[in-house]
Amino acid sequence: MKTIKVDNLARVEGEGALRIRFKRDQVRDVELRIFEPPRFFEAFLRGRSYAETPDITARICGICPVAYQMSACQAMEDALGVQVDAGLRELRRLIYWGEWIESHVLHMFLLHAPDFLGFPGALEMAKEHSDKVKLGLRLKKAGNAIIRTVGGREVHPVNVRVGGFYRLPTRAELAALVPELIAGRDGASQALEWMAQFPFPEFARDYEFVALRHPSEYPVLGDRLVSNKGLDIEIREYDRNFAERQVPYSNALHSFVKGRGPYVCGPLARFNLNFENLSPLAKQAAISARIPVPCNNPFMSILVRAVEVIHAFDESIRIIEAYQPPARPFVEVTPRESIGFGCTEAPRGFLYHRYRLSESGIIEDAKIVPPTSQNQKSIEQDLFELAPRMMELSHESATLMAEQAIRNYDPCISCATHFLRLTIEREH
Amino acid sequence: MTANGKVKRAKLAVWKFASCDGCQLSVLDCEDELLALADRVEIAKFVEASRREIKGPYDISLVEGSITTAHDAARIRQVRAASQCLITIGACATSGGIQALRNFKDVNQFMAIVYASPEYISALATSTAIADHVRVDFELRGCPINKHQLLEVIAAFLNGRKPHTPAHSVCVECKARATVCVMVARGVPCLGPITHAGCGAICPAYGRGCYGCFGPSESPNTASLSQAWIKVGASRPEVARVLSTFNANAEKFRKTAVEYEDHKG
Repeated sequence: MKTIKVDNLARVEGEGALRIRFKRDQVRDVELRIFEPPRFFEAFLRGRSYAETPDITARICGICPVAYQMSACQAMEDALGVQVDAGLRELRRLIYWGEWIESHVLHMFLLHAPDFLGFPGALEMAKEHSDKVKLGLRLKKAGNAIIRTVGGREVHPVNVRVGGFYRLPTRAELAALVPELIAGRDGASQALEWMAQFPFPEFARDYEFVALRHPSEYPVLGDRLVSNKGLDIEIREYDRNFAERQVPYSNALHSFVKGRGPYVCGPLARFNLNFENLSPLAKQAAISARIPVPCNNPFMSILVRAVEVIHAFDESIRIIEAYQPPARPFVEVTPRESIGFGCTEAPRGFLYHRYRLSESGIIEDAKIVPPTSQNQKSIEQDLFELAPRMMELSHESATLMAEQAIRNYDPCISCATHFLRLTIEREH
Repeated sequence: MTANGKVKRAKLAVWKFASCDGCQLSVLDCEDELLALADRVEIAKFVEASRREIKGPYDISLVEGSITTAHDAARIRQVRAASQCLITIGACATSGGIQALRNFKDVNQFMAIVYASPEYISALATSTAIADHVRVDFELRGCPINKHQLLEVIAAFLNGRKPHTPAHSVCVECKARATVCVMVARGVPCLGPITHAGCGAICPAYGRGCYGCFGPSESPNTASLSQAWIKVGASRPEVARVLSTFNANAEKFRKTAVEYEDHKG
């Protein structure tokens, strides 16, 4: 038996390992191991107050804290029977678009693009493509500026609370963001044109894509969970339709659609299920870049992220231009014995929260399902499909292909619990 | 100087233990300074940003995260041995982080809540700070750290001087930015008087009380501030909870938290 090892799968948010075992020219098994040490959020949330969840759950992930804050707020507001005012909902979408920009641009430019161009990382890539890396940093900064202005700081913003915000931004504070957002929108379009020239491996599978859907918006705070295989449910029906399984080799749980199997969430799922609700500019950019709809090639997810970044810039500008500070910064809530469900679209896919509260608003039970654990099984299946091609390649090239296939999903292993180490075993 | 006359750049490594990645993301969030930083120091190991890895020893190691597994307890010793200077970044590395809440509970029960088959999971009963395991040269506070402070600390170590990161309370930062005291003026309970400065007093500027994410300041009077919280209407469990978050394992918060938990009234 021949064993090939690579010690770190880099440029993912967290720590994991991959092992592919071959027997002659057959793939025996593929295991994506996540051995990020567990931090037990669902356990220590018990006994905490409903009001603490936006601040506490944000700490699950430094890359997408806003997503955790939004799903937590939505779940608590569902439990406590309040709906936030339309203006507050728009501000929530604005800070969320900021996070999509920051997180997607980080992945596109700094983590994923180096795969297509053959660099170990963005800092090395900067020596030959300094204009591109600088463009990426500029776009990322524009996204972070939204989060900082609305939320107080880029990582773990402080201004989000159940019911709305602590303080409303002024029109002038938001208006000051607009010039860089317009430049960012143009920059994202250039980025898409550039990335559309990358060499994409021919690859497609028949995926079940799951994403939120909203009647008129590209989903970030959506209404229903839908799929291309007939799923169409309210968020509160999640547990009846999905299951999580623990596998011996990973600290992250695997998710399945009950009765069917693995599925994919994230940019491809949103794009394929909600293409019509992209802003006209984003839609046109996708068509010009010749991204197929639906797109079943995960290697092209980098292009879909670019489209989503264009959309996020476009929508942010629209929200700011129409902004009138709402009448109140937050809606008052009163604790009661209840169960609440929240689900919003984190950059990597939908993020589900469920809480059971006591009469005084103390959490009795919490469940959180992050996007990366949902995508884990599909990543393994992609690798399974790709493995015969890897057999033909040198170890270095095979490793690169495996890593790239994993990075297609922008896995956030901190979320899913986290360090990728690749082992390819060839049994002859 | 090397043989060819070039100035040898300092080698910097970034390490991750149990954490959310937010503090190391702060390095990449230095959008205006990142390329200049990469010119000034050799980023020799930063798994989240590059596949390239240059062997140690390293001049500066930035360590994020807390120690929660036996494997990590061994790994931090190797990191220490390979590092000239070890700087912890953030609340997890400096006090154990929010995952240190397990330290006061039964970890097996915690595992059973999250995992159907806890026997597959390996975790220590405690989450502890890096300084509980190895010698630390400097601790940078915050959940998350402030990226400007991070740049200051790196610059200081490159130039062989002491970093300028004052250990006074958040109150001083509120005064500096002319924020009206939320606790005095509006009766909003605030941890500012006992919390380490560094964030720039963001929460009061956004109309809410400080929730202590930078941990205790130099000489906090936690007992006295807790009484002040009760006076403005906070309940005892609320006091216990706010002292038991991202720096729950910090001694100067923990003692009072336990007192308020034990005498619920």
